[in-house]
Amino acid sequence: MIKTDILIIGAGPTGLFTVFEAGLLRLRCHLIDSLPQAGGQLAEIYPKKPIYDIPGMPSVLAGDLVDGLMKQAAPFKPGFTLGERAETLEKTEEGHFLVTTNKGTVHSAPVVAIAGGLGSFEPRKPPLVNIADFEDKGVSYMIKDPEDYRNKRVVIAGGGDSALDWTIYLADVASEVTLVHRREGFRAAVDSVEKARALDKEGKIRLLTSAQVTGLSGNGRLQSVLINHKKKGGIELETDFFIPLFGLIPKLGPIADWGLDIKDNAIRVDTFDYSTNVPGIYAIGDINTYPGKLKLILCGFHEATLMCQSAYKSINPDKKVSFKYTTVSGIEGF
Amino acid sequence: MDSVKIKAIDREGVEHTIEAPVDMNLNLMEALKGSGLDVKATCGGMALCSTCHVYILTSHNLPEPSDDEEDMLDSAFLVEDNSRLGCQLRIESDMDGMVVQLAPDGD
Ligand SMILES: Cc1cc2nc3c(=O)[nH]c(=O)nc-3n(C[C@H](O)[C@H](O)[C@H](O)COP(=O)(O)OP(=O)(O)OC[C@H]3O[C@@H](n4cnc5c(N)ncnc54)[C@H](O)[C@@H]3O)c2cc1C
Ligand code: FES
Repeated sequence: MIKTDILIIGAGPTGLFTVFEAGLLRLRCHLIDSLPQAGGQLAEIYPKKPIYDIPGMPSVLAGDLVDGLMKQAAPFKPGFTLGERAETLEKTEEGHFLVTTNKGTVHSAPVVAIAGGLGSFEPRKPPLVNIADFEDKGVSYMIKDPEDYRNKRVVIAGGGDSALDWTIYLADVASEVTLVHRREGFRAAVDSVEKARALDKEGKIRLLTSAQVTGLSGNGRLQSVLINHKKKGGIELETDFFIPLFGLIPKLGPIADWGLDIKDNAIRVDTFDYSTNVPGIYAIGDINTYPGKLKLILCGFHEATLMCQSAYKSINPDKKVSFKYTTVSGIEGF
Repeated sequence: MDSVKIKAIDREGVEHTIEAPVDMNLNLMEALKGSGLDVKATCGGMALCSTCHVYILTSHNLPEPSDDEEDMLDSAFLVEDNSRLGCQLRIESDMDGMVVQLAPDGD
């Protein structure tokens, strides 16, 4: 079990800055994120875009801001559980919170700070009527272990890097790999596109461009995908697996079931300290809502700062917070 | 104030008539969202999420999609020749009478 002072759900900018502010108050933090990397929306959606409204930084690339936040947090040695989604939250008799991830990792802390942004980044699921019937019965939205596909027939859909990279990788593993993509061009890296085209020529994979998967059929298990080809019309392709790779989209997910006061996919908080309706649980950054709320990075930073003061008092009810400027106190890490 | 009327069909097939000003530098995504249609627009209109995917049902003359728009449409579903990202279409006076349909968004 992982124990910490403040358990932060979400390693976006708000969660990362919380580590720093908590550290100044000698509180330790651990972060959980379903993404394999820290940075939230900045890392996942727009790492190469410049941001112009971070105070004191006329322009900063989102990816560079994340790097800076990681460096700023480093002296306070945050722990990370990455690539796992916080699934359940319970309260123990001693008043601590236990948060368990989808992979079974258990975390314990007296305070939970939900910095979940727009929600947990999850694979996008194609709107095919019966797709849910075939989940884990031939349809998967990510590749966990490529060995699952050894000597099997696989259809991958998508035109980005992960679709191409996996198509190339599985060429040597699966018995048959077909990549279905809606147009002739790909947005993926040029060398993977060239490599895939070469494999297609050699007959090691099949590229079906100007085509889209429009239906699935099977009997308890996936047996074939229906493909609509711009020129050839409808094609039915027998397969063991269908793997749609269309990127990730944030979804509120399990947090909705934690007994919190939720309005329009956001958690209602008291702007005094960004506490939720459950004592000991705070919500900061894009995930919270209050009159006048703005979903901006700098607002998340402010919310994190005030929240840490309140968390300190709740963890140390008998101590007074001594407020010091960092220019006076310096940064004393753990 | 100059404005255009656009008909929008939501994912339940219900038609909405929306009125959008042409002089406010609005895009179609903002006009749809502003009229209460269910458009997530996760990226805020930067052609980085494809949640504003729509079909254009009338033969209005629209600017060709940019490479960024084409690239992002790759992560949308059931893309057709008349597919566009709403956020990449600026509301212009010649859009009057246009009919658009929200594309299915998976979940
Ligand atoms: C294209 C774009 C441009 C933007 N430009 C600007 C700008 O110029 N200026 C500005 O101030 N803001 C901008 N924003 C908004 C800004 O990115 C957000 O305000 C900011 O990311 C919010 O940070 P956050 O840490 O609260 O949440 P997020 O960045 O969303 O991070 C939340 C993290 O929590 C994780 N998470 C959620 N639930 C769970 C769970 N149950 N288990 C595990 N992990 C979970 C998610 O996977 C995610 O990584 C922009 C946003 C986009 C998309
Ligand atoms: S709003 Fe994100 S692509 Fe249009």
